Amino acid sequence: MTRRDALLFLFVGLLILLTGFFQSWNTALVILNMGLISAILALGVNLQWGLAGLFNVGIMGFVALGGLAAVITSMPANGEEWSQGGFRVLAGLLLGAGTILAAIMTFQRLPKGGTRTLSMLAILIGGFFLFRYVFDGGVEAIEAVNPASTGYLGGLGLPVLLAWPVGGLLAAGAAWVIGKTALGLRSDYLAIATLGIAEIIISVMKNEEWLSRGVKNVVGLPRPIGVPREVDLQSSATFVENAAKFGLDPATASTLYVKLGYAVFFTIVLLVLLWLSQMALNSPWGRMMRAIRDNEVAAEAMGKDVTKRHLQIFILGSAICGIAGAMMTTLDGQLTPTSYQPLRYTFLIWVMVIVGGSGNNFGSVLGGFLIWILWVQVEPIGLAFMTLITAGMSDGYWLKDHLIESAAHMRLLTMGVVLLLVLRFSPRGLIPER
Amino acid sequence: MDFLNAIVALANFVIVPGMAYGAQLALGALGVTLIYGILRFSNFAHGDTMAIGTMFVILITWGFQSAGITFGPLPTALLALPFGIALTGLLLIGTDKVVYQFYRQKKVKPVVMVMVSLGVMFIMNGLTRFIIGPGDQRFVDGERFLISAREFKAMTGLKEGLAIKTSQGLTVVTAVIVVAILFWFLNRTRTGKSMRAYSDNEDLALLSGINPERVVLYTWLIVAALATVAGTLYGLDKSFKPFTYFQLLLPIFAAAIVGGLGNPLGAIAGGFVIAFSEVTITYAFKKVANYLLPEALAPDGLAQLMSTDYKFAVSFSILIIVLLFKPTGLFKGQSV
Repeated sequence: MTRRDALLFLFVGLLILLTGFFQSWNTALVILNMGLISAILALGVNLQWGLAGLFNVGIMGFVALGGLAAVITSMPANGEEWSQGGFRVLAGLLLGAGTILAAIMTFQRLPKGGTRTLSMLAILIGGFFLFRYVFDGGVEAIEAVNPASTGYLGGLGLPVLLAWPVGGLLAAGAAWVIGKTALGLRSDYLAIATLGIAEIIISVMKNEEWLSRGVKNVVGLPRPIGVPREVDLQSSATFVENAAKFGLDPATASTLYVKLGYAVFFTIVLLVLLWLSQMALNSPWGRMMRAIRDNEVAAEAMGKDVTKRHLQIFILGSAICGIAGAMMTTLDGQLTPTSYQPLRYTFLIWVMVIVGGSGNNFGSVLGGFLIWILWVQVEPIGLAFMTLITAGMSDGYWLKDHLIESAAHMRLLTMGVVLLLVLRFSPRGLIPER
Repeated sequence: MDFLNAIVALANFVIVPGMAYGAQLALGALGVTLIYGILRFSNFAHGDTMAIGTMFVILITWGFQSAGITFGPLPTALLALPFGIALTGLLLIGTDKVVYQFYRQKKVKPVVMVMVSLGVMFIMNGLTRFIIGPGDQRFVDGERFLISAREFKAMTGLKEGLAIKTSQGLTVVTAVIVVAILFWFLNRTRTGKSMRAYSDNEDLALLSGINPERVVLYTWLIVAALATVAGTLYGLDKSFKPFTYFQLLLPIFAAAIVGGLGNPLGAIAGGFVIAFSEVTITYAFKKVANYLLPEALAPDGLAQLMSTDYKFAVSFSILIIVLLFKPTGLFKGQSV
């Protein structure tokens, strides 16, 4: 870190403080918490892009898998649903996995030719119908139980902090499947494959109600240890007393306290991951990765297995995104599959990495904070700007209404312009790779 | 009779919509494949180019409609199409001059170009939402059906009706015309030949005196036309919503890759492969099965392989299968 980098970080801190003074401390802490998560996401993507040059446009999918992990780890199990159809669904899923495995085995064992193709097709088609028969019955039984409040299997009832590594594992699993098929081919193929898997993960989460209630959302996720609910704080006499000493009313004080609690957890995770990434970057492994990125042919000639290393780093980066996704769902306290939008969860993260400086971990962290602040503040600024330029128009004039209404869409435009400007005039980002 | 009814039901719900959707995807995939072949990058902004082109057409259509100009039984949007194409062409050429040209001259890696196209996608997406809003827009007018289900039933005396929407007929006819012109242009004209030469071997083409900037200019113009036509036809057939167009990116890329990136014929074949698989796999075959099978065997459920919500999974699975077994696509495509 040079003095310039430190100043940039100070600037970000100042922006958050200014938000606190001029808007509200609650807003400032909301920005801080999401900024921390964004920084972790950017770290994950930087690992893939900055260190290995892999282009992942499915970040949203890995984030959503993390969110799913939060539900299936921390929510209590729903006994009735399990007894109605839980094991049938599990059996169905096992059958499905078995079918695919059998097909792969057939492909690998049998000699090339018509027999192989036919037997593979037979296994796949037969397996599909068997899977649907077993699986559908179970799903119907589960979703019929108490659909208004549960109607899903629930989770394992473990502490929600455990969901964070589980989210990483789920994302890593998905990344392995994608990486196995698309890595080693042309670079754009990985991009398109990840774009696809993200859409599919989201549509699974929207439609499979037995798993996470689909669009009916799961609400009321448990909180980590040390982060109580606001209502409990407000009813505690000592807390109200302490809040009064700071001159705060109990309601504000409790929300601030909860957000600070999350911020502590998130900061710890960010620092650990940042430390690990720095170690990786400067290790022989990191040097090898950069060598592969800069010249694949030369690295291959030196005996490095390029595809394998790419797979490795793709899985690691995606796992970090999964962890961040689980953290985000924990922070929200609910899982809402419809809220996952690619522009917000995939492309915004890319802007963070590029603006911050790809290949530099500190750069990604900085970009994560900075772009997040920009994303949050562009809307009020855009609205103010629109109000200003339409001040001369009379009320009710169609252009005035239209401009003010559209101020909400300024975000995408601004992000696109920022990305293009940085790519053109400062392609190495704010804190360049060293 | 039951057999005929089954065929009509199949045509009504699978073949006709599949043809129309396939033609729309084929036009979209042609645009992607041309950019890939000549400019050598995967253009992630293509879905939003289609959206913005369609938006121009919609705005002009509304203008025409309020001025009282219509196109008789055909949708007014067809009249607005040439103007929409011209505006989109200007926009794309402007984008190329301001954005892409710089990187092309620096000969950056293709993946950086993809990143740049991501930025362009953001801006186009933002512009579309800014100007026309993120909601659904309707701009269809004229006759709704070529043949309505009732007319068909009266005509043939069958129990099943076959409805063909004007937009569906129009889509197929327009797609055939556009593709015919495109292939004539690529194979017969001097500019088209120089474009193909440039795509095959850039250095050799430069040596033989082909002006690269001219080739690029024509490519963007053709892409603008293809994207606007594809987007407008899709909008007429279904409805216009900016986010849907962004989501079309996946089936369009799948179509282009299945056919072999950089190969125009492949893009068309790929479009139909993807469209028909999507429609067939998500169609509930209960009706058809009821006609064909004896009563005892008739299915209880909808006989649907996958729910319509998973249509993206279909194009994605086909993409993965092709990547696993034939990475250059069904027709031989380029690879970098």
